Amino acid sequence: MNDKPEKLIDKKGLRLDGRKLDELRPVKLQVGVISSADGSAYIEHGKNKILAGVYGPREVHPKHLALPDRTVVKCRYHMAPFSVQERKSPAPSRREIELSKVIREALEPAIFMEYYPRTMINIFVEVLQADGGTRCAAITAAALALADSGIPMRDLVVACAAGKVEDKIVLDLFDTEDKVGTADVPVALMPNLNAITLLQMDGTLSTDEFESAVNLALEGCKQIYVLQKEALRTKYVNVKEENKEEVEE
Amino acid sequence: MPIFLERKQLVTPGDLIAEGEYTAGENTYMENNKIYASRVGIVEYETKRVDVVALKSFYVPRMGDIVIGTISEVGFSGWTVDINSPYPALLRASDVLSRPFRPQKDDLPVVLDMGDLVVAKIVSYDRTHDPQLTVAEPGLGRITRGQIVKVTPTKIPRVIGKKGSMISMIKQETGCNIILGVNGVVLITGKTLEDEQLAMMAILKIEAESHTSGLTDRISKMLKEAKSTKEEKMNE
Repeated sequence: MNDKPEKLIDKKGLRLDGRKLDELRPVKLQVGVISSADGSAYIEHGKNKILAGVYGPREVHPKHLALPDRTVVKCRYHMAPFSVQERKSPAPSRREIELSKVIREALEPAIFMEYYPRTMINIFVEVLQADGGTRCAAITAAALALADSGIPMRDLVVACAAGKVEDKIVLDLFDTEDKVGTADVPVALMPNLNAITLLQMDGTLSTDEFESAVNLALEGCKQIYVLQKEALRTKYVNVKEENKEEVEE
Repeated sequence: MPIFLERKQLVTPGDLIAEGEYTAGENTYMENNKIYASRVGIVEYETKRVDVVALKSFYVPRMGDIVIGTISEVGFSGWTVDINSPYPALLRASDVLSRPFRPQKDDLPVVLDMGDLVVAKIVSYDRTHDPQLTVAEPGLGRITRGQIVKVTPTKIPRVIGKKGSMISMIKQETGCNIILGVNGVVLITGKTLEDEQLAMMAILKIEAESHTSGLTDRISKMLKEAKSTKEEKMNE
């Protein structure tokens, strides 16, 4: 099914899905999609479809996990069996366990963990459809869900990847580029504090290439951040409009 | 000391809202002399202070707060109470019985059982200990009748109004007694079910429209209209 394409970038400099080298896939974000969760968000990043739910802060179970000085953040990244071409076993794989940790560590710097000691925050990320760059999309959605739940945060977290495909540095790799390409660099950013919370590299890059890839990924992050803020605003658009009315009154 | 946003503007976590001689108020934090928002909310600038009124939040216990909770567990010498916060509250048996607790004779579920509602005051709470409640004061104790309404804890101040204007108006118009739990639970007790339902409607309306001005007048109008239609019916 997944035949290796001959060329990933055509003569015009366009990629397989018709994007330019520094172009993002279309991103759609929505906040407050799960009514039983304290906070939730849904992201469509190209063909990725990911749902994130946040519960807490709440009592820690089992109790011995509680920390006396801060809250415990637990994160579960899970891919639905139907999210990829070949059925994926629903049991957490080695990769999913690692990604859960990576996503948690990307989000923790943004949360004021010391505010609510002896409690727990649960983050659930469910990948409904995967097409490369799910960890980045998951971080973007989970950060939105956290903000939606009313948990105090230093900043939102946005993530985006850049990489190298056929000797060119490109932004936001999708599945085929990720698998056939030379390198992939996912980056997570707290945009207002200008702090990176996740930086990984898979593949080989020279120092210069790495630097330009990181810079490109950061540009991508900033573009997604605008959409992220807009998504949070949209949920409270009534609040905003009614406030305007108030000024007019 | 520049400010960066208009009053009443919607902010998201991480938004820069002020710099310099302001103090960071509620739902904000200061870093490198800059003040950022830490929750989704609406900005309020005071003369020397910036606040963000959160649109969604949860209750964090404070000493002296009056809360309304549900008994969630009956223990050996007291109860665990769910007060709508990340921390469960503890209520001691000796406190409720107002005499020393005798484990052989006293049967706790008879006094307060699972699911019972109590009005209580928080007597102690800090980062290392769960909040402790007391009911040994007038007006506190088990709830026997009335209606319960839940609102977002951040909206309780709006239900109270400026110097209690809103709540006293509702009390007067409906003839109900209203107890506000700071944790977002409201108890309404009135002479008739209709009175109670009217007060409930008013409080839910306040929650939905908490960010608009002229709300007291609108609520008052709504209550008066409801009253007059009721009187008309009585006369018929």
